[in-house]
Amino acid sequence: MDISTKNTEAPPPAPQPAVAQHKRAARGSTRPGDRIFLGLSRGSGIFLLVIMAAIAVFLTYRASLAISKDEANFLTAFEWNATAVPPRFGIAVLAFGTVVSSIIAMVLAVPIAVAIALFLTHYAPRRLSGPIAYVIDLLAAVPSIVYGLWGALILVPHMNGLFGWLNNYFGWTGILSWEGGAPRSMLTVGILLAIMILPIVTNVSREVFRQVPQMHEEAALALGATRWEVVRMAVLPFGRSGVISASMLGLGRALGETMAVATVLSPTFDIQASLLNPGGGTFAQNIASKFGEATEQGRDALIASGLVLFVITLLVNGAARAIIARRKEYSGANA
Amino acid sequence: MAKRIDVSGLTAYYGSHKAIEDISMTVEPRSVTAFIGPSGCGKSTFLRTLNRMHEVTSGGRVEGKVLLDDEDLYGAGVDPVSVRREVGMVFQRPNPFPTMSIFDNVAAGLRLNGSYKKGELSDVVEKSLKGANLWNEVKDRLNKPGSGLSGGQQQRLCIARAIAVEPKVLLMDEPCSALDPISTLAIEDLIGELKERFTIVIVTHNMQQAARVSDRTAFFNLAAVGQPGKLIEIDDTERIFSNPSVQATEDYISGRFG
Repeated sequence: MDISTKNTEAPPPAPQPAVAQHKRAARGSTRPGDRIFLGLSRGSGIFLLVIMAAIAVFLTYRASLAISKDEANFLTAFEWNATAVPPRFGIAVLAFGTVVSSIIAMVLAVPIAVAIALFLTHYAPRRLSGPIAYVIDLLAAVPSIVYGLWGALILVPHMNGLFGWLNNYFGWTGILSWEGGAPRSMLTVGILLAIMILPIVTNVSREVFRQVPQMHEEAALALGATRWEVVRMAVLPFGRSGVISASMLGLGRALGETMAVATVLSPTFDIQASLLNPGGGTFAQNIASKFGEATEQGRDALIASGLVLFVITLLVNGAARAIIARRKEYSGANA
Repeated sequence: MAKRIDVSGLTAYYGSHKAIEDISMTVEPRSVTAFIGPSGCGKSTFLRTLNRMHEVTSGGRVEGKVLLDDEDLYGAGVDPVSVRREVGMVFQRPNPFPTMSIFDNVAAGLRLNGSYKKGELSDVVEKSLKGANLWNEVKDRLNKPGSGLSGGQQQRLCIARAIAVEPKVLLMDEPCSALDPISTLAIEDLIGELKERFTIVIVTHNMQQAARVSDRTAFFNLAAVGQPGKLIEIDDTERIFSNPSVQATEDYISGRFG
């Protein structure tokens, strides 16, 4: 009884000030529950920052050791002899391979993922969409080494036909010509990565499309829109920033994917103009392949390449945020 | 332009639940008809059967006839998409497309139809915004997002969007229930002007509003929760509010329901 009367006497809630008051109350509170929770949550936040800082310091320190000894140009050299004396290594091939394979994966996976997400949310009957979504979730749970084995044992032997066809019709472009080597090339890696990032992009897109407010879809319907026009007018514009975020999650996975790439690609330290000819390498694949046998000096060089991958990932995320922010005024968020 | 609506024996379901039962009425062209009645009596459901929006809801199903002049909206081979191009709708909550500018919102329906000449588009947008009494407030910011307008302006934007495609009938589902009194007045004035050109049906919970804007009023009621809603009576608004022929209508209007 006592408690309930106290509650009714509480000042009427005013949305913004109330939050501020709560915060102040928690900080100055003498109640043990508040103090413990405040300590825990603040401590977790600080802990995260400390870990990030520690990783950054470690990477930068070890990388600077390696780069200062590098006799070749770290950014442009096409070689990796990090254990030689003096060491000569550069990340150009790795940066190229990482970016190219990820772009291929994005180009292939994002349209398909968006199409699947639209099908699941707006076209498929409910008893079909549930099981399909479940299967897609399963795809996300497959370990990447399994994808790598599947890629090496099944995908690679089956790529010959596609590569021959591409070479016949598009070989003149240069980037799709094929000299007949084993199809352990950037395109194969890109296709494998596309399959691997498909589930995450699909799932996030599906969540976004499902959250399109009914009233926007009805607005389009009431104007005489067909189902596709509803998707085009209300669903896709509303889901745009969400699809970009989904793609970035997928891109993050593609950029950092290690075992699957290492299993499928036959790495060389040069840049192939054609996506079909075997060769090239990616940051993560190179680290995985070389780390075991590397000397102290070689490991520092690999860490330096890891630092570059870290920076590339940051840049990509920053670009994505910029794209989303630029359209903020028109986003569904202020509807 | 404006067309007569002739409903006979209309029953609508949500799955196995019967929401409204056996409704028949006629709505004259160039008039305003108001639907009143307690919550859950099916007046919004009935409104949504008039442009085949009811069947968009999962499990939504309709039996009976709705004639628009002589064309049965539920006839075999009638495409609901083309029905909705003839019968426009304004919703309870203003719902301009958040990702589109004011101009694009009004032009959206025309672009769907694809039946406009180049250069004609901006004329139609201007005409529709003027028709919705919104032109003076937005003419300098047609390229700004529609979601930046006030609630009342957004609702008038939605009306402009609906009338831009020159529908035969305009359905309004509690268009003022999310608006302040001044915006409500603006919309009511607008309804008075629009009835010169369109057949208008409006659902409202506000009986003063029904009395102010409508020529005819239909009263819906349901026997009990879970029972289907029924049309109790439809008559001239003046008569409904002064001397209704059914006791239940008088009880509802004078506040003695339940």
